[in-house]
Amino acid sequence: MVKTVASRLLGPLTLGLLALTFWLGLFVTPPAKVQGNLARLVYVHPAIAWVALYVSFGTATIASALYLWRRTRSGTMDRIAHCAMEVSVVFIALTLITGSIWGRPTWGVWWAWDARLTSTAVLGLFALAYLALRRATDDPEARATRAAVFALVAAVNVPIIHFSVQWWKTLHQGATVFTANRTLLIHGIMAWTLLISFLGFTALFFWLLRARYRLEVVRAEREAVAFAEALELRRREGVA
Amino acid sequence: MAVVSLEGAVVTSGGYPLLAGVDLVVEAETLTVATGPNGAGKTSLLRLLGGLVGLSAGRASVCGVDLAGGDRRALRRRVGWLGHEGSFYDELSVRENLVFAARALGRPTSSIDAALERVGLASRSDTAARRLSAGQRRRLGLAWLLVRRAELWLLDEPYASLDDEGRDFLDALLADVVAAGATVLVSAHDPLRSARLAPRTLAMAGGRVVADRPGGSR
Amino acid sequence: MIATALLVAGKDLRIEARSRVLLWQVLPFGVVALVLAGIALGPTRAGHSDAGPGLFYLVALFVTLLAVNRSIRIEGASGTRSSVATLGLDPAGVFLGKALALALELWAIGAVLLAGSVLLLHAGLAGTLEAAPSVAVTLAALAAAGSLYGALCGREGATTLLPAISFPGFVPLLIAGERAYHSALAGGALWQWWVISLVALAAYVALGVLLYGVLEESW
Repeated sequence: MVKTVASRLLGPLTLGLLALTFWLGLFVTPPAKVQGNLARLVYVHPAIAWVALYVSFGTATIASALYLWRRTRSGTMDRIAHCAMEVSVVFIALTLITGSIWGRPTWGVWWAWDARLTSTAVLGLFALAYLALRRATDDPEARATRAAVFALVAAVNVPIIHFSVQWWKTLHQGATVFTANRTLLIHGIMAWTLLISFLGFTALFFWLLRARYRLEVVRAEREAVAFAEALELRRREGVA
Repeated sequence: MAVVSLEGAVVTSGGYPLLAGVDLVVEAETLTVATGPNGAGKTSLLRLLGGLVGLSAGRASVCGVDLAGGDRRALRRRVGWLGHEGSFYDELSVRENLVFAARALGRPTSSIDAALERVGLASRSDTAARRLSAGQRRRLGLAWLLVRRAELWLLDEPYASLDDEGRDFLDALLADVVAAGATVLVSAHDPLRSARLAPRTLAMAGGRVVADRPGGSR
Repeated sequence: MIATALLVAGKDLRIEARSRVLLWQVLPFGVVALVLAGIALGPTRAGHSDAGPGLFYLVALFVTLLAVNRSIRIEGASGTRSSVATLGLDPAGVFLGKALALALELWAIGAVLLAGSVLLLHAGLAGTLEAAPSVAVTLAALAAAGSLYGALCGREGATTLLPAISFPGFVPLLIAGERAYHSALAGGALWQWWVISLVALAAYVALGVLLYGVLEESW
């Protein structure tokens, strides 16, 4: 029952948080001193990037690891990994698009070969490659196994992205929210709006994941029915 | 003692049932032939018993290994496989292929000469595998099995394209192997017509065993 | 594990010595690709730009793809794979063996390509020699990564799927390798890039040792 209530609340919660983010971000918070209204992208881009790099990719990685571990191996884990990776593709694309929109007036170019942008794009290629690998394998178990292994391999890339800002001198701005010794850089209503945006886009991820997962369950059920029919047909070959 | 015990065994590939519920018990030190038309499931049965494909449903125990949750790798070390396609490295010589197999299993390489003599390839030991004829490649595969000293032999259509001499040779070899304590399963399109062997014959169709004729004695 | 690795590496290298596919097909491709790189830059820029390190690694990447493809095809048709599977080789050892053989092959080809970079693209000799150890580590990391990606796509996907799934993983190695070579030519510090290549090498070796067995079961 708790599961059903939570499931029903997810959609309205997501909508509410995102609406609040946009209202606060566009109308309540002040523009930045140097970047002006362009800086309002701070209430969209970092949250989307956070979801892309950590939440969705992280979910796919954890589900993949759980699939590979015998005790927790199940079709559910494979489906979660697959769906999370698909949603990851969407969020990575949005990260790069919003980043480009922000970068054009700031840097003068739509795209710069800076470490963070490049690493994010590479992560997007990993996610697409994951989907290509799944499509190339017919057998469900083999597909799930290979995809799970590949997700773990791709996850190696995530720490490189995380530390890239510190490792390379780069065009990308440094830590946006916290300094190296965890001092908060952003205050007041802007900080709250940022927090709400993170919550809102995270909720959006889970809402999209749930919707996509439901489709996968329906597909799996249809496959099971088709298999039962194929098994019956096969057995009749022997009788004839 | 049963070396193979299958109960409702199902094997699938890409959602298609290759085996549709096989029930089978095979005792140790016996020769069994699985016959049937193309697509009957003979190769799939052998591959299941060799731990080369997974069990999708049902129960299966082979050489004491439970295939439902067990370690297929542990089973594979105990079986010998001879497929009807090429089974070794074409660029390596006959001897080099056997040395590789022996070293992989920790068997003495001294057994290789005896194996080559037995299969009649001693004079071709330095020939690259790709230069062998189809019949010679079949003999190399048998030499591989002799070096392996597996307890379960799985041979997929070993009689295909063999002349009378080749068939006699294979009959004699299989009789010796069973007498030495191995269990042998062979697939073929038709029942064996052999003066030396009187194996148990399974007829397969639609991914299942549809008839089972016990072996006689010769 | 080590004994299996040496057995498998020896087998792969012996097969290469017999067939000479890398020598007569892959290496010439690499050299031609370097020549094409120079032609693509144009007569005024070829040999006078600092694109040498990047072009070297771009060609090295394509050579790696071909070499990995060859490493997969060595295992032959499914009949060979089935026979070899019954040998029960330690999968971690198989992975290390194939990666080791591939690394040795890439080092040999890499040495020729480095010489080609000096000759055709006018990369400085002293800087190239200084960069050589970092090139060796990066190529070893490419070998380990390639062996793992090759196992992921299998024989059927070796031609078309392998580039798609391996290129993203190769990118950090190419960045680190190119930056290290570039820094060596410019007389700068290489240590950051060494760290990347070494960490990647260790990570792919660890992943391969841990996960190759799981992949084998999916073939």
